[in-house]
Amino acid sequence: MTSVTEAERPAARAPRPGGERRVTDRGAWFLVLPALLPILILSVGPLLYGILLSFTDAQSGRTEATRWIGGLNFQDLLHDTLFWESFRIGLVWAVAVTVPQFLLALGLALLLNQDLRLRWLARALAIVPWAMPEVVVGVMWRLVYAPDAGILNETLRDLGLGDGRDWLSGLGTALPAVVVVGVWAGMPTTTVALLAGLQNTPRELHEAAAVDGAGAWRRFRTVTWPALRPVALSITALNLIWNFNSFALVYVLTSGGPGGRTRLPMLFAYEEAFRYGQFGYAAAMGCVMVAAVSVLLAVLLAGRLRGGEAA
Amino acid sequence: MRTSRTGRAGQYAALLAYLVFLAFPFLWLVSTAFKPPRELARLHPTWIPEDPTLANFRQAFDEQPLLDAALNSLAAALGTAVIAVLLATPMAYVMARRRTRLARAATGWVVVSQAFPLVLVIIPLFLVLKNLRLIDSMTGLVMVYVVWALPFALWMLVGYVRAVPRELEEAAAVDGAGRLRTLVSVTAPLLAPGLVATALFAFVTAWNEFFFALVLLKTPEKQTLPVVLTHFIGAEGVADLGPLAAAAFLATLPSLVVFALIQRRITGGMLTGAVKS
Repeated sequence: MTSVTEAERPAARAPRPGGERRVTDRGAWFLVLPALLPILILSVGPLLYGILLSFTDAQSGRTEATRWIGGLNFQDLLHDTLFWESFRIGLVWAVAVTVPQFLLALGLALLLNQDLRLRWLARALAIVPWAMPEVVVGVMWRLVYAPDAGILNETLRDLGLGDGRDWLSGLGTALPAVVVVGVWAGMPTTTVALLAGLQNTPRELHEAAAVDGAGAWRRFRTVTWPALRPVALSITALNLIWNFNSFALVYVLTSGGPGGRTRLPMLFAYEEAFRYGQFGYAAAMGCVMVAAVSVLLAVLLAGRLRGGEAA
Repeated sequence: MRTSRTGRAGQYAALLAYLVFLAFPFLWLVSTAFKPPRELARLHPTWIPEDPTLANFRQAFDEQPLLDAALNSLAAALGTAVIAVLLATPMAYVMARRRTRLARAATGWVVVSQAFPLVLVIIPLFLVLKNLRLIDSMTGLVMVYVVWALPFALWMLVGYVRAVPRELEEAAAVDGAGRLRTLVSVTAPLLAPGLVATALFAFVTAWNEFFFALVLLKTPEKQTLPVVLTHFIGAEGVADLGPLAAAAFLATLPSLVVFALIQRRITGGMLTGAVKS
C-alpha cells in the first residue's frame, strides 16, 4: 500500500480543476458509514466481546448467570494438555501445508508465466480448487482416500504397492493424508498471488540478464526472487495464519480423529464451545490463537517494511 | 526468451503433472457420483462407470432436504452479493480517491480480519443473534456473511475504482457536471464490470461458506448445502459414498459456473489487489 500512496501524494496536493467539488469530509463519512457500521457492530464488536468473554465462565445454557472469573480460563488452559497437543498439531499442520504449497505454487506460477500453449487452460484450472466449497473438497478427497472404493488404494494396488489402507483412520497416516488435501486446496490463492508478483517484474530485466549470459537459476536468484520476495513473504505469512485457523476441510475429512491426531485448534475450540457449551473457555482458546497469530502478523509486517519500496 | 527443446518438453511435462494433480480428485468425484451401488461396493473401482446411473442423485434427494438446502444457499449467496456490494462501493470509492486516516485503518482491518480465528467471533455472534432471535434464520446468516465478505469486497473494489482514471471525473467536472452526475454517468459505467465481479466473488464465498452456517443454522430444512452435505457422513464417519458424491457434485456446480463466468475478472481482481497492496 505504501508505495502507491506515496506516489499519489503530490497529485492529491496539487490544486485541481473543480477542486471545490471534492467530497467534503461530511460527505465522505456519509459514504463510509454503510460499510463501516456493520463492520464495527458485527465484526470488531464481537471480537472485543469475545476477548471479554474469555474472562468469564459463560456457558451456553446459562448465559444470564455469567460471572467474571479473571484469568481462571487461561490458568486452566495452561494445564490443558489436550489443548496444547492440538496447538502443536495446528503448528505442524500449518507449516507442513504452507511449505509444499508455496514451493508447488511457485513452480506453477513460474510455469504459467512462460509462453506455453495450454497456459490459459492451466491458469483457469489452477484456480478451480479455490472455487469449490471446502466441504466439497473434503468430500472429494474422502472418496479418493476411501479404503476399497477409493482411487488412491486402487492405484497403489495396480502398482503393486501394498493392499491399500484406511488412510484417514490410521494413527500415522491421518495427518499426512489431511496435509495433502490442505496443500491441494490452498494452492490456487498462492499461485495467483505469486503470478501477480511475477508479472510485476520487468521483462527487460530478465532479458538483460539473459543477454549477459545468466543461466535460469542465476536469473531467478538475481532478478525474479528479489522482485517476488515481498509478495512471497506476505502470502506465506497469510497461508500460515489461514492454515493454522482452518476448520472445514479437516472437519469433513476426519473430524479431528483418529484419537485427536488431526484435531486442529479450531476444531478443539469449536467442540468446546458448541458441543460442551463452554463459551468462556473456548473464547480463551481463541485469544491464545489470536496471540499466536499476532506474532506471525508482526513478522509479516516487519518483513514488509524491510521489503520497502518493492512492496 | 529462448528455451531449449528439452527445457520446453520438461515444462510441458511439469504442466501436465500439475493439471493431473489438480483435476484427478474432481474427476473421481464425478465418476463416483454416477456409479451404481454395485460398482461402489466392489474392490477394484474403475475410472469410467460401467453402468452409469442417476440413482445416487435420487437417493441423495430422498435422504436429505437437498432442494431446500440449495434454495437456502442461493438466498444466502444472492443476499450477500447484493448487500455487500451496495454497502462496500461508497466506502471503496472514498478509500480509493482520498487518503484519509479512515482509509488506512480500513486497509489494516482487511489484513487483521483475515487473521483472527473465527471461533473468537462466532461465540459472541451466536449470543447476540440468539438474543435477537436470529439463530436459525437466513437474515442472521446473511448479516454475518455480508460483514464477513466486506473486507475483501472493499479490497477488490478499491482496485477497480483506482482503475477508473481520475482525469475522466475531473474532465466531467470541468464540463460542469455535478458530483452526483459525474458519479452516475462517468464513474458508474466504467465501474460496472468491477461491481459485477465483486458481487459474484461475494456470491461464491457465501455459497461455499461452512463454519458460520454450521453454528448458526440448526433446523435441517433451514441449513445450507455445505452443512447438509456433512449429514451424508454418518456419526462414525461412515459415508454412503454414492449419494455423498452426487450431492457434493451438485453443490459445487453453481460455484464452478459462476467461477467460469468471472474467472478472468477474479484473477484480474486478485492480481490488482495483490499488486496494489
